[in-house]
Amino acid sequence: MKISFPIMGNSYIAFKQLIKDLGHEPIVPPMPTARTMSLGTMYSPEFACIPFKILLGTYLEAIEMGADVIVSSGGHGPCRAGYYGILQQKIIEDLGYDTKIIIFDSFAKTYKDFISKLSWLLKTGKKSWWDLYQAFKPAWAKLKALDEIELYSHQVRPYEINQGETTKVYRKCLEIMDEPVSKLQIKEAKEVCMKMLKEIPQDKSRNPLKIGIIGEIYVLIEPFANLDLQATLGEMGVYSERSMNLFHWLKENTKMSRHEKKIIKSALPYLREKIGGHGINSIGETVMYAQQGFDGVIQLAPFSCIPEIVAKGILPQVSHDQGIPVMTIFLDEMMGKAGMQTRLEAFVDLLQQKRDLKFA
Amino acid sequence: MVQLKIGFPRTLFYFLYYPFWHTFFTELGYQVITSQPTNQYNLNLGIAETVNDACLPIKLYHGHVAELKDKVDVIFMPRMVKVRKMETEVFCPKFLGLPDMVRNSIAGLPRIIDEKIDLSKGRYPLWNACRNIAKQLNQSGFVVRRSYQKALKCQEKFNKYLTFGVGVQEAIDAVITGQDCPEPQKFETDINLAILGYPYLIYDSFVNVGMFERLGKFGVKPWTVEMVPPNRLEAQAKYLPKSLFWHFSNRTIRATFYYLHEQRVDGIIHVTAFGCGPDAMVDKLMELEAKHTGRMPFLTLSLDEQTGAAGIYTRIEAFVDMLRYRRKNNENILSHHG
Repeated sequence: MKISFPIMGNSYIAFKQLIKDLGHEPIVPPMPTARTMSLGTMYSPEFACIPFKILLGTYLEAIEMGADVIVSSGGHGPCRAGYYGILQQKIIEDLGYDTKIIIFDSFAKTYKDFISKLSWLLKTGKKSWWDLYQAFKPAWAKLKALDEIELYSHQVRPYEINQGETTKVYRKCLEIMDEPVSKLQIKEAKEVCMKMLKEIPQDKSRNPLKIGIIGEIYVLIEPFANLDLQATLGEMGVYSERSMNLFHWLKENTKMSRHEKKIIKSALPYLREKIGGHGINSIGETVMYAQQGFDGVIQLAPFSCIPEIVAKGILPQVSHDQGIPVMTIFLDEMMGKAGMQTRLEAFVDLLQQKRDLKFA
Repeated sequence: MVQLKIGFPRTLFYFLYYPFWHTFFTELGYQVITSQPTNQYNLNLGIAETVNDACLPIKLYHGHVAELKDKVDVIFMPRMVKVRKMETEVFCPKFLGLPDMVRNSIAGLPRIIDEKIDLSKGRYPLWNACRNIAKQLNQSGFVVRRSYQKALKCQEKFNKYLTFGVGVQEAIDAVITGQDCPEPQKFETDINLAILGYPYLIYDSFVNVGMFERLGKFGVKPWTVEMVPPNRLEAQAKYLPKSLFWHFSNRTIRATFYYLHEQRVDGIIHVTAFGCGPDAMVDKLMELEAKHTGRMPFLTLSLDEQTGAAGIYTRIEAFVDMLRYRRKNNENILSHHG
């Protein structure tokens, strides 16, 4: 069967391998482009958030490529993302396609449903549970390696001497990571990539501004949705750290970590209720970035994202109390790269002045 | 001793739960003060205070609180989380964070009681919440129990009135003064329309620019979510593979299914607020269901702070005209977009 899945950052490399190992044919939809966006926007509700629109566009492109089944993740609210799958299925049916969207909700809450969907996938791929276990391990390792490489690239970029070199090397790394199959090969490939990144000529004498990036997970991770914000910052010579990456998110989805508890505790003076999505994280992480001595925080969120609007309403107070500048960027299908670049430059200039004043 | 004044914003939860809280606080010996019905003044206050991306109802709530803040000693803004014993059904995330949003946006607020109302866990959760609220006001003992029971009775009576089709404001006035409500007028009409949406839009005639009076003038009988018998409303859950996560949204989508399958109405109007998150999903679901269930005519009216009466009236008038035209020509194929 031809199986497709949503694009989120560089994770497609790992998912592609997992589906292949489960005996299906993976359909990797094209990286999101303006066409994806306009396809998605055309058939989505007007006020759906941007991840909904990008995903729907991606699904429609995957259907054009012949996908029979689309696998995605669900949720239990109150963020709208948990209901994406059902509405998207209805929209796709309305357009006359018979492609099925299979949604994996949280294992803890709907484990029967989870297992039956999984066993259906295995049965149609003529694989056993043991095969799943075997296939899962390298895919997990790959996901982790990909995350580490990406994180490292963001650490290198602000120090690069030839602007744009890190991005070039990073692209090459993704190609390299597409090859290996076994766990050992993945480890070797990762080491090659790390070495390539390390060998980029760097000027370690710089003392870049430090910006924390918080907000909604999809627009944080998918560079198409955030107009490649982190690379843009890096090339402006700013060190940036993202509060979430895919591997940690998957891990935290299964079990609440100590880190998560700490975030919620930091947010408590401002927000006393979990409001779904990553609303409370945005508050807590801003407090934590302030305590870690970051120069500023950028909140990234899709336009009309409910939890992030609540967070945005509270952030000015947090910013005032903690003495950390916060800029919110709401992303929608109209967002242009130049507008974003201008806002970033202005924000970075302000942060630089603030720092200069402090040390003057 | 001067009587303590408790403020209750006349928006959002006011339209469905006010009789309960009014009776509860009055019986405890406090004076309950509501803000004025929504008007340009408190709307402007709300627009000035609220984060710009918020939807109209949230801005209104801020406005009502800002209007009340100098008039009362305590503002009661319950944190509405869950009102039913269901694990995944909560209120919109904006409501969950509302007391925090208000507290961090408006300066110079009086004391706030933001007790969490979560009726999904434990025994007698509402009683426990009431007891906590009373404790914050230094009250305990039998008087709390009695107030609670009176409040429950009052709310029950109110809910019954709503299913009969009494207007919300009349029903509230009737139950809190203890009078009997006049029978709703019998209304002979050829057009029945389901006007579905959240109570704070449907029953706030400033926000919906007097839509209901205007519908009456067009000779239309409106049917609302609250007029669906509660047990029938619940039974509609079977039509969706997964319930929505938001209480009011579930009520709206279930009412949609009810009216679609009962075939009692000639068309459906969905009233939504500009920028409403849950409604982005609900509206599309309603549109698709209306299309696939007998091509029921469907119209979405989106309200915001700049909504003009003329624009809304024109759209309703055109919609009603088309329904009459369709009937005259016995034509079944009509755009479901209205």
